[in-house]
Amino acid sequence: MLFRQAGIRHTDYAADRALFPIPADRIAIAALLALMLLAPLLFSSLAVSSYLTPWLVWVSATLGLNLIIGWAGQFHFGYAAVMGIGAYTTVHAFKAGVPWEISIVLGGLMATAIGVVFAFAALRVKGLYLALSTLALQFVVDWVISHVSAISGGVGATLQAPALRLLGQRIDSEVALYYVALAWALLVTLFMLNLRRSALGRAMVAVREKDYAAAVIGVQAFRYKLLAFATSSFIGGVSGAVLIFCFYHAVTPEQFAVNVSIELLAMVIVGGLASIIGSWFGAAFILLAPGQIHSLIAWIAAALGADIGLETLAHLPHVVYGALIIGFLLVEPMGLGKLYANLRNYLLVWPFGYARK
Amino acid sequence: MDLMYLLELAINGALSGLMYALVAMGIVLIYKSSSVPNLAQGALTMVGAYVVLAFADGAGAPMWLAIPLAMLTMMGLGMGIERVALRRLAGRPIVMILMMTLGLDIFLRAITLAVGGGTARPLNIGVSDAPLFVGPLLINRAYVVGAVVALALFGVFLLFFRTRRGVVLRAIADDYMASWAVGISVERGVALSWALSSLVATTAGVLWGSIQGVDQSLSLLLLKGITVAVLGGLDSLGGAVLAAIGLGVIEAVAAGILDPLLGGGTRDLVVAVMLILTIMIRPHGLFGRHDIERL
Repeated sequence: MLFRQAGIRHTDYAADRALFPIPADRIAIAALLALMLLAPLLFSSLAVSSYLTPWLVWVSATLGLNLIIGWAGQFHFGYAAVMGIGAYTTVHAFKAGVPWEISIVLGGLMATAIGVVFAFAALRVKGLYLALSTLALQFVVDWVISHVSAISGGVGATLQAPALRLLGQRIDSEVALYYVALAWALLVTLFMLNLRRSALGRAMVAVREKDYAAAVIGVQAFRYKLLAFATSSFIGGVSGAVLIFCFYHAVTPEQFAVNVSIELLAMVIVGGLASIIGSWFGAAFILLAPGQIHSLIAWIAAALGADIGLETLAHLPHVVYGALIIGFLLVEPMGLGKLYANLRNYLLVWPFGYARK
Repeated sequence: MDLMYLLELAINGALSGLMYALVAMGIVLIYKSSSVPNLAQGALTMVGAYVVLAFADGAGAPMWLAIPLAMLTMMGLGMGIERVALRRLAGRPIVMILMMTLGLDIFLRAITLAVGGGTARPLNIGVSDAPLFVGPLLINRAYVVGAVVALALFGVFLLFFRTRRGVVLRAIADDYMASWAVGISVERGVALSWALSSLVATTAGVLWGSIQGVDQSLSLLLLKGITVAVLGGLDSLGGAVLAAIGLGVIEAVAAGILDPLLGGGTRDLVVAVMLILTIMIRPHGLFGRHDIERL
């Protein structure tokens, strides 16, 4: 019903391997792209600066984490630490007078260098033990960041991030920052779309499915695990820096604490492992749903005249957030991406359901 | 540094370590029977303390009644969690199970705070604050009580595993497929282990709550509990007790030496580094089974 796939013939390899081989998909993507570009005109500036910009940055970070968990199958419970390393490096480099474009790459490279340390854990153990060791590394990195005053400026200090300068232009309007975040999110998405169909991505999937089997067919598991950690750390580091410059405007260790790592994991799981569109959905869901449901409950309580204590109300978003994680794992463990795929597959052949594979 | 001071740190560390063993034993009990690494154990500890307070302060029950009532409630909660959340995830990839326990952790913590309030409340179990001197050493009375309770619980578990039901649990821990084949109800065994684990968590919550007050920080015992559990070998109760003493001593002494040098807050760092070292050097822990898959 959505569109017909009948009559779409790929007569050469280039057309067959195109990023979006179906014309209707290309139109949909173009429409979405136009919508995202025009968003500052369509939505209020509050919506753009407090919902859309953070959403885009979290999407990039979720995609980076999904690369390591969904594609390469390695656990990473310390992704926020990697983001923090990137953010602090970028802020320090930029303050020292390095151009912004170079300092953000420096941030990514520093995150890669330290993120590879996480990978050495992956080379020795896997499964639960890898999860626990990356979690412990998160605590160690947190401690180092907050206790070394050369990095954070002392325990409990906040480091102001200067307004970013891109190609010599000072960028400080909300709309311009939105476009910076959008550009980075699109870049990461494009990378992930291409990763899926490249040799690198296929090798990672082989390692995820069974590393022995991958080794048998000539894929070096060590090498691709290291590569996966390095790539996703780079994405994480740059995303952390973009998060600081486009949204928080100041950096503190708490922004990259262990609960942020868990929130990112929740975005990946709720979105769906190894699903790109799922990462977009998952980030939006975890970021926005607890707040929205919270205001809904508050509104219902007010409408019914029920008196919910202020403290109870303050903890409700976390209740909703935990319940969402539990609910998704019970109902649809493959997340929103899978739900979307189910809906799409259903609608594609709609009146003729028996034609579904 | 003064040798007496170090000895004092070590003894108090060992005692408080035995109290970490309470959290660790809960993790081990569940991991043994169902291979679920329960990252919600810290939250269960916190909920346990809040339930005791709810019975004691809210319903006005005396402490000797409130604690057993809370234990019963918590056993029910543990079995409920197993039935609703984790039984359906059996056989799923470990990332889903880990995420489920993390989700439970967030949910339990938040709902407890929403109902019980976030301000720290005292929990008095009648241990006096008066200092206890053994020779020249100053020892924390509350730690002694906690350590004795932990050892007593460990003893009870040793005896329990000799009973018929305990043997069933051991069989499930050893090989659940074989247990199934000989007609053991694995589901009930796993539910029982969740109930026992919740009971241990309540004990831990009461003891730690009486020391540091009842608030959200009780759930932070998770990091220490999981470190002790991994160090002892995730499926060994005795290992958890020994590892707890070891970790307690190392943590207290290392923090005592490092804190003045590095400006405080090194306890968690020491614990995290111990966890990493354990996993890197000996992932199956001191007494765990050696069947961890290595690359």
